[in-house]
Amino acid sequence: MITLNQPDPTGAEKLSSLPQLPRDVGGPVFAEPWQAQAFALAVRLSEEGHFTWKEWAATLAAELKSAADRGEPDDGSHYYHHWLAALERLVAEKGLAEPAALFARKEAWAEAYRRTPHGKPVELAAGLAPPARR
Amino acid sequence: MKTSRRDFIANAGAAAAAMHDLAHAQEPDHEHEHSLVPSDPALRVKSLESLLVEKGLVDPAALDALIDTYEHKIGPRNGAQVVARAWVDPAFKKRLLANGTATIGELGFGGRGGDYLVVVENTPKVHNLIVCTLCSCYPWAVLGLPPVWYKSAAYRSRAVIDPRGVLREFGLDLPQDVEIRVHDSTAELRYLVLPERPAGSEKLSEDELAALVTRDAMIGVANVPLPPGVRP
Repeated sequence: MITLNQPDPTGAEKLSSLPQLPRDVGGPVFAEPWQAQAFALAVRLSEEGHFTWKEWAATLAAELKSAADRGEPDDGSHYYHHWLAALERLVAEKGLAEPAALFARKEAWAEAYRRTPHGKPVELAAGLAPPARR
Repeated sequence: MKTSRRDFIANAGAAAAAMHDLAHAQEPDHEHEHSLVPSDPALRVKSLESLLVEKGLVDPAALDALIDTYEHKIGPRNGAQVVARAWVDPAFKKRLLANGTATIGELGFGGRGGDYLVVVENTPKVHNLIVCTLCSCYPWAVLGLPPVWYKSAAYRSRAVIDPRGVLREFGLDLPQDVEIRVHDSTAELRYLVLPERPAGSEKLSEDELAALVTRDAMIGVANVPLPPGVRP
């Protein structure tokens, strides 16, 4: 489902509601691939109507503020860690995915990587199968 | 007729799984340790994405399209600077080919611990092509995010089996006497192609040269285009 009548998700107006977003003249910049994936997930979930961009901006702002309150340096280096934490929180609040399910899925992926020899595609099923005898 | 990259992925997708196994059958020494487990945030994003896609809450094609838009944002300019420097500074080039990781570090570029970057040089007789048959291991410190086609099963398998055919589909028809070397990246060992400096670029500055270098040329699916105004 792609809604065509919404403004460009990466448009200036939308991104300007996220004042600390690492960016250059062309838009957001990422230090690692997972950051772009987390960015795209938030944009798409909002576009598909699971939450509004305003809700997203507020959740992210709260996450950034609590990091600052904990005394973490505000140099932008952990921006996407906070982005991800905010995304997990909002996804749980909206009932899109339970924290326990996310945790189990993360363990399954880690196990899949551990069990898959390099040279084979990593499939989630490999992490869900019963553990091999060791 | 030139096939677009998305068509290339779509058309070749069906046969890819079988070809993937074939690719590995032809590589007896492709025995690695288990795959490197990604970082904690990378696993969490992967988990979110796979759960939400499974529930039909987010469209994976739309996600890919969005990431595609930004894939150039973390990097091919870094790689282009490395290539331009190698073209103008023979001592840098020598160091780069001998020790990629340390030498890109001179320009302030580097990946996480554990990656080792090998730079392979194109010549009139040798053309290098990068692939990761496993997944999408990619020298992202110098090239940014891998394009969607790089991650496709079609590219991953066919680049090994029929590199000349794959290059032709990307619009690069190499003469038969040019040897094609395919480099299979791993989580620990990544490759960057040092493309040939194009004819007619002798008077360009290092910055102007860097502006000519494309991501695709550094993966090896294209050559660096001639400078504007230069005719072949």
